[in-house]
Order: sequence, then structure tokens, then C-alpha cells
Amino acid sequence: MDFWFNDFWIILCGSLVAMSCAILGCFLILRKMAMVGDAISHSVLPGIVVAFFLSGSLSSWTVMLGATSLGLLTTFIIEMLNKRGGVQADAAIGLTFTFLFAVGVILIAANSGNLHIDQDCVLHGEIAYIPLDIGTTIAGIEIPRQAIILSVLFFVISTLVYLGYRGLFLTTFDPEYADAIGVKTTTWHYLLMAAVSLATVVSFESVGAILVVAFLIVPAATAYLLTDHFPSMLLLSCVVGILSSFTGYYLAVYLDGSIAGAISTMMGVFFSLAFLFAPKHGYLAKRLST
Amino acid sequence: MLRSFIEFFSFSDPNVVYVVVGTLLIGASSSIVGCFTVLRKRSLVGDAIAHAVLPGVCLAFLLHGEKDPLILLLGAFISGWISIIVIDLIVENTRIKTDAALGIVLSVFFGLGILLLTHIQKTGNASQSGLDSFLFGKAASIVGADLYTFGAVAVLLMVAVFAFFREFTLISFDPNYAQSIGMPVKWYQLVLSSLTVLAVTVGIQAVGVVLMAALLITPAVAARFWTHRLWLMIVLAALIGAIANVSGAFISYAAPRMPTGPWIIVVLTFLAMFSMFFAPQRGFLSKWRKARSSKARIFEENVLKLLYQLEEKDGNKKVDRSIQEMLKRRDWKHSEVKAALKRLDRRALVTGQSENWRLSQEGRMEGQRIVRIHRLWELYLTTVMKVAPDHVHETAEVMEHIINPPLEKKLMRLLNKPERDPHDSPIPYAEDDI
Repeated sequence: MDFWFNDFWIILCGSLVAMSCAILGCFLILRKMAMVGDAISHSVLPGIVVAFFLSGSLSSWTVMLGATSLGLLTTFIIEMLNKRGGVQADAAIGLTFTFLFAVGVILIAANSGNLHIDQDCVLHGEIAYIPLDIGTTIAGIEIPRQAIILSVLFFVISTLVYLGYRGLFLTTFDPEYADAIGVKTTTWHYLLMAAVSLATVVSFESVGAILVVAFLIVPAATAYLLTDHFPSMLLLSCVVGILSSFTGYYLAVYLDGSIAGAISTMMGVFFSLAFLFAPKHGYLAKRLST
Repeated sequence: MLRSFIEFFSFSDPNVVYVVVGTLLIGASSSIVGCFTVLRKRSLVGDAIAHAVLPGVCLAFLLHGEKDPLILLLGAFISGWISIIVIDLIVENTRIKTDAALGIVLSVFFGLGILLLTHIQKTGNASQSGLDSFLFGKAASIVGADLYTFGAVAVLLMVAVFAFFREFTLISFDPNYAQSIGMPVKWYQLVLSSLTVLAVTVGIQAVGVVLMAALLITPAVAARFWTHRLWLMIVLAALIGAIANVSGAFISYAAPRMPTGPWIIVVLTFLAMFSMFFAPQRGFLSKWRKARSSKARIFEENVLKLLYQLEEKDGNKKVDRSIQEMLKRRDWKHSEVKAALKRLDRRALVTGQSENWRLSQEGRMEGQRIVRIHRLWELYLTTVMKVAPDHVHETAEVMEHIINPPLEKKLMRLLNKPERDPHDSPIPYAEDDI
């Protein structure tokens, strides 16, 4: 029974991270900002370290605030370098996130005696330990702390997208029209970036900084190959996220390896299937129709 | 600090020599290749490759069973190479854009790599330790044997770039033209990408997966601010890369707790920021200064023009005009007018003091010139371009500051030295008197 519950909690948490990220990812890839998401997931590191140093815990409000502000700062610096400094966009992204990540690693090294975050956890997280950290007990069932946090994250992000759907949708698909009818493009842009930063930092403990990128981009891209209808894309990306968490978990158990790594691998498998067999936008469909 | 500086740069410690030469070679070679990736707007491909080499390293280890550095490098090279092929495959065959394709390849390959790496670590194979130097880099522990690999790769990269310099330049700047003159563009792009993969496979061992992108991008970005010439940019980038790498190595030598890779990146970024601010011509400061000085010049010309128009109106050259009087005619700030007048005074174009000023003879000529160009241009627009007279003032306000004496002369000849502008104001010439 205990063992079964372990599986359940890990798969649930994996799915929650996957869904939260997938929803945001749909907007990111349609805005051609996938690599900005990648950059943010790395550059929140110094924010996390400083906030962790101030508050002493990895899942506190300070850490979320620190990371979110670093995420926004990243977007801001990239734009500054690009528009004011005359650095081309792709190089500006690379320059910014490597610098901030380097600063984060240096801060970790400088405080290595006082911090219990190490580079390993930065890279691939510790989703396997989720069931060990019990947050609360309801009706005799022990609920892990991360499961609660990740549920809140999923709730916050789906509410944000539900309430802000029109603004996000318009500024993604037709920013000029949005501007013309008075929808604030910049506001929605920064709101989305803040949400991405928040998702990154909350998922950080479970899947690590780099694999968040897989969760952000791959399910959304898979769904993008399967449908032309945006609400369906949101839904499908979540389905891909859940399927990947489920199959990825058992792949990890089978290989005795990192769960987050295995989930990302399965996302890659699902993406490859969509790439080959998607009915309209897949490789085979295109080759056969020409 | 000084003591460790002397210790470090006297190279009495052989480990220091290995680290310095090693990081120097890595820094220089990745900067050289990086120039082309940045110019081709493929900066982040380096990031993708860096993440994508990991499964290759792990598979090579699993197949070979022990940690032979050359086999691992080969594995890394092959999987890095496959990753660029996959990126191109996705972009060419689906509607997914480059940025998302990069993200997909980067994260899925890396996820697979992490899965394999953790799998290997759990098998308890004793020789696996150190595989993670491909993750975090190990610049501080470069040993003599590594230098042969680094050196060979650096030489190979430099020779290749030297040999194909013309071709690489062309496919970076103008692939369409290269295609049209029958150059095998795809092939050269593949060669260039392979060189990038090679640089990444080696560089990653110094700074690790995440920071590798910076070794390629940042020196090139920094160097770009200083020059337009590609070969000079490459030399500068290599120099910047080398300086940063050695500085990083020194910092972690002086403060052993400090990681080398991240410090290399921090130094690199500071050099890039320095270049961005202070480089002549393309630098932020110089651009800003230029914009400010041209704004100031235009304002001064407008003040001279206004003083000339005031004289023109009442025909009196011998009377001071107060700033207050000028402000009645223009929507200017008192302080900026005063400052401009002081600057004009220094150039002896106006005479007077604090609030009251008049034109000097040179200032008069200058003000007259501006007015003349303004009116000539208006006339040119109405007569030659057939623009309605009520639409010509705005562009004339701009052109009066741009048209130079030769153009002015041509304009005058074209219009046959006209006497009146479309609004019937006289067009003043230097020999005329008011």
C-alpha cells in the first residue's frame, strides 16, 4: 500500500508540473519565445539562492518572490541588450542567462557551508523524494508537501490563463490588433513571463532547472503538431504531460534512473510520434501529400 | 592576493600550467567558432549542442565499459552532431519554429542524458566517477593528458577556419548569394556546424553544460562592438576568450572555493558589457554622445535661424534680442536656449550676455544659410516634386539641418537661383543685405 502511494504521489506531482508548464508553453512557442523560457528557467537561480539565504527555506514566499523578480529582470535585460545595446536577439538571450546562472553557481559555492542546494539538484531535481516530505494528513492519508504546493501552482496558473484568456490569446496571435483595441501587449507579456518564472521556481525542487524546459516546450510543441484549435492545443499539451509523467515514472523505475530525466525522455518519444504520424502537420502526412 | 598572483603567473606549479594552457586553448578555439555561430544568428545552437552531448557520453561509456576520454569525446561528438540534424529536420518539415526546435532537442536529449547518467551511477561501476565533468566542467583539474586533446582540437579549428575563411564568411553573411554562385552552401554549413560541435564537446569539459553557450557567444558579441572586419573580430574574440578563461582559472586558484567555469563566464560578461558601453563608434556611450551632440547642433542652428528671422522682420542688425522675445516665437525652455547661446558665444557666432544677444557677422551668415536651405527646399518640393505648399514646411524643418553646401549649390542651380519661396518670403543669399 505504501509503495503504491509512492508511485501515485510522484506521478501526480509530475503531472501537475507538466500541466502547469505545458499550458504556459503553448503561449511561449506560439510567441516564438521558447528560448526565453529556457533562459528564465536558468536565470532564476541567483534569485533562488539569495532568497534562500535570507529565508532559510527552499519553498518560501521569499524564494518565489526572488525568483519571479529575477525572471522578469531576465526578460527586461534581454530586451534592453537587444533594443538599446544593439545585441542581436539570440545572442542577448544566451549572454543573459549564462551570466545570471554563473552568478547563481558562484553564490552557491561562496555559501556552500550554509546552503543545502547543490548543482545536482539545480540540474535534475529530486522528484523521487516527494513522498518522504509529508505536509499534512487528511483522513488518515499523508499528503506530501510538494503535492500541495504543486496543486496550488496548477490552480494559480490555470486560473490566470482562464481569467486572462482573451488578453493572452489576442496578444499572442495578433499583437497589432490587440494594440489597436487597447489591450496592453507589454503587460500581458510581463505577466506571462512572471508566470513562467513562478512555474520554474516552484517546479525547481521536483524537476530541476533544465528539465523544466522540457516540460515547458515539448508537450506544447507536440500538441501544436496535432491540432489547429488553440483550446484543444492547451488540453492536448496537458494530456501529453500526464502521459509522459506516467510512462516516464515507470521507465525510471525500470532503469533505476532519474525520474525527471525519464519523463523528459518520454516527452521526446511522444513528440517524435507526433512528428512522424500527426495527421496534418506530421512528417509522413506532408511527404505523402506531395 | 598579490602573492597568489605572482605564484600563479610564475607558473612554478605544473598544475597551474596545465590549467592555464588548457583554458587558454578552450577559450580561444570556442571563441573563433563562436564568431560564425553568432553571425549566422544561431547563437543558441551552441546551447542545444552542449546539452545534447550528454546522452552520447553516457552511451559511449555504457558500450565501451570504461572511461576512455577519446571514446567519450567521440560519443559526445556524435550525439551533438545528431542534435543539429534533428533541429534542422524539425524546422524544415514542420511548422515548429527554430526556437522551439532548439528547446525540444536541448531538453529531451539532456533528459535522456540525465536518465542514462543516473542509471550508470546506480550500477555502481567504479570507473564511472568523473563522467559528470561533462555536466559541470572541471577546468580547475585539467591534467597534462587533456592538453593534447584540447591542443589538437584548437589547432584543427584554427586550420579549418583559416582554410575555409572565404567560404565561411560568405555563408554567414549572404547564404543566398553563396548559393547563386554555385557554392555548396549546405556542405559548408555542415562543416561549420561540425566544428561548432567539436568546440562544444571540448569546451563543455571546462565550464559545463549550461555555461558552454557563453564561451561561444559572449566573446563574439564583445568583439563585434569593436570592429566591422571579420578577421579582426575573430582575433579579438579569441583574445577576449583567452583573457577571461585565464582570469577564471586565476580566481579559482586564489580562492579555491570559487568555481572556475562560472567565474570565466562572469569575466566574459563584464568584458562584453565594457565593450558595449565603451567601444568607439558602436559602443553605447559613443552612440549616445553622438546623438546628444547632433541634437545640440540642430538646436543651435535653430537659435541662429530664429535670430536671423527676427532681424529679417524689423531689418535691424544692431539691437539685442532677449531670450524672452525668442520664447514668444518658439516652444523652447529658457534654460536650453541660454545654454545654446553660451555655446554659440564661444564659437563667436553671437555676442551679448546673459539675457540679451545679437548675431555676429559669422552667426548671421550661418542663420541665413539655414533659412536659405529651408526656403530652397520648400520651393524644390512645390515646383519639382509638385507637393502642395501647405505640406512642405515639416520636411524643410528637417532638411535645413541635413543638406550640405554642395547639395545646396545644386539645389540653387536647379531652381535657377530663385528669389521667392512658395510662401512668398525672400530667399536670402550671402551677398544680399537685409
